[in-house]
Amino acid sequence: MTAATASGTTTSPNAAAPVPRRTGRGSGALLTVLAWIVGIGFFFPVLWMVLTAFKTEADAYTDPPTLFFAPTLDNFVEVFAGGVGPYLLNSLFATVVSTLLVLLLGTPAAFALSLRPVKKTQDVLFFFISTKMLPVVAAIVPIYVVVNYMGALDNIWTLIVLYTAMNLPIAVWMMRSFFLEVPRELLEAASMDGASLGRSLREVVLPIVSPGMAATALICMIFSWNEFFFAVNLTASRAATVPVYLVGFITSEGLYFASLCAAATVAALPVVIAGWIAQNKLVQGLSFGAVK
Amino acid sequence: MADVVFDQASRIYTAGAKPAVDRLDLTVSDGEFVVLVGPSGSGKSTALRMLAGLEEIDGGSIRIDGENMVGVSSKDRDIAMVFQNYALYPNKTVGENMAFPLKMAGVEKSARAEKVREAAAILGLTDYLDRKPRALSGGQRQRVAMGRAIVREPRVFLMDEPLSNLDAKMRVSTRTEIAALQRRLGVTTVYVTHDQVEAMTMGDRVALLADGKLQQFATPADLYDRPANAFVAGFIGSPAMNLFTVPLTERGVRLAGHELALPRDVRATLGTHQITEVTLGIRPEQWTVTDSGTEGIPARVDVVEELGSDAFLYGTLAESTGDLSDDSAVLTGSGQDAVVVRTGGRSGTRRGDRIALTPSVEGLHLFHPESGERL
Repeated sequence: MTAATASGTTTSPNAAAPVPRRTGRGSGALLTVLAWIVGIGFFFPVLWMVLTAFKTEADAYTDPPTLFFAPTLDNFVEVFAGGVGPYLLNSLFATVVSTLLVLLLGTPAAFALSLRPVKKTQDVLFFFISTKMLPVVAAIVPIYVVVNYMGALDNIWTLIVLYTAMNLPIAVWMMRSFFLEVPRELLEAASMDGASLGRSLREVVLPIVSPGMAATALICMIFSWNEFFFAVNLTASRAATVPVYLVGFITSEGLYFASLCAAATVAALPVVIAGWIAQNKLVQGLSFGAVK
Repeated sequence: MADVVFDQASRIYTAGAKPAVDRLDLTVSDGEFVVLVGPSGSGKSTALRMLAGLEEIDGGSIRIDGENMVGVSSKDRDIAMVFQNYALYPNKTVGENMAFPLKMAGVEKSARAEKVREAAAILGLTDYLDRKPRALSGGQRQRVAMGRAIVREPRVFLMDEPLSNLDAKMRVSTRTEIAALQRRLGVTTVYVTHDQVEAMTMGDRVALLADGKLQQFATPADLYDRPANAFVAGFIGSPAMNLFTVPLTERGVRLAGHELALPRDVRATLGTHQITEVTLGIRPEQWTVTDSGTEGIPARVDVVEELGSDAFLYGTLAESTGDLSDDSAVLTGSGQDAVVVRTGGRSGTRRGDRIALTPSVEGLHLFHPESGERL
């Protein structure tokens, strides 16, 4: 913040111009350094995790930490041999199915809310987002009781329902904003061309907002994949997901640091890959409407 | 092929407020090209959108081929529309855009391709069928929008200011193309524009709207020669008709201190209205310009617009007692004495010149000073 403020006062004579795009050389360098510090600050723990994953448990605990070490794949072998497989499958299943459900349910809702603002549109939108205002921890006991009563503990479908409910408000909000960017005339043109509302949505609107849909889907997937609290409280063995598995490395005998890092790397990989694949769409989607 | 009837059709956005379209009566014959024209906020677009089914019909009815359209969704009206910004589907190619209405109508794929090819040939789009709209120029996009409208041979074409996003040159060429295409296809067409040149050149008949009310519905020539009221008189024609409020005299009217004699029958008509003033309209081309000091109303030229083929003189009429020596007087203002005169090109008249103006008696239009109705 200070750097930005300083740049505003010390830069060019155009400082009074409406949008001073160009910053002076000095403050530019300062911002670059700041950006690097922030960037490294974010990236370093990840790098450390990946590096540690290739160390032996002994190397992982040296102080000062070793930067040069003989890399080993033992930890990964151990992670897979130790049975991360079922957990990965559970996570994958819960993530994919809940995301599909979110898109399936959220798209019509968001489309309807974007079409024609009625008196209650704002109320409905507020209701959606208000469900995110209660901390999950405050709701976990009643949820546990209900799930237990239904005999649905340690059931992957329980997580799917909860993840769908958890992501739906965000998805509706996001998708609505994308739908709002679609020019009204396109819907009118489709209607004049003989398309029903459903066909207009499928044939005209969805192709246009597909980057936004991709962004929405990815965010839902990340949230579901990383979700820990419901999983740890409502599952035991059959339906447990990867985050629950990770906790297993914190044992009474101690923390298996290198193994934990290897498992965490494995857990993070699918999200990174998904993000990588969706990168272009994601940027397009998240900046949707910023540049028309 | 169809006729379209607006029968007391109204659109009221908020209850109690002034209607956007106020009891519009309009009959468009089969195959006719009708232009709705008017200033912004006149309700012309709303009227078109009511016909399209994009706006509710709050009162009266709209019938296509005798079939009441109230409550019929736009997709079931068999109407095609060209939008101002074309509303092309950005993710579809030109060919897919044009084929879309056929696809919705359940036309076979091969038949679709055939019809799209035909339309593309008519519109000169054959080479662009595989392109996306964003790779086209404005004029080409406009033609794609036209193509999407004509492929499925609808009962009625609607066009909502389809030329307003084109540059001036394209607008003129596309104007004639659209008019020719409509004649060729013979499809009933309702065209909305705020541009009176488009209205005058394209329409078989022109409906002029203002404040949601129909002012006059007539052929372009009638609209020009016999405007129904002072509003129509002032709207149609460029530059606009000169309108003066002038006192009636024994023999006619007095304009800027000069008496203009009116025929006996006209005076008799005026006599029945119990008015002492009248709105006098004279088109810019209905003046004869002579040298200062000769017969006519003296005037000072404030601005000369030389267009080559003709020239427009913007001037100020002098009261017989008036004094034109003060150059700070209104330049081209719309003051009571401001006047526009059309002369041939290269008339040699310059800014500041003194001239004398004589209106032709046949060119005088008289309107009621309050209601504006033609007398």
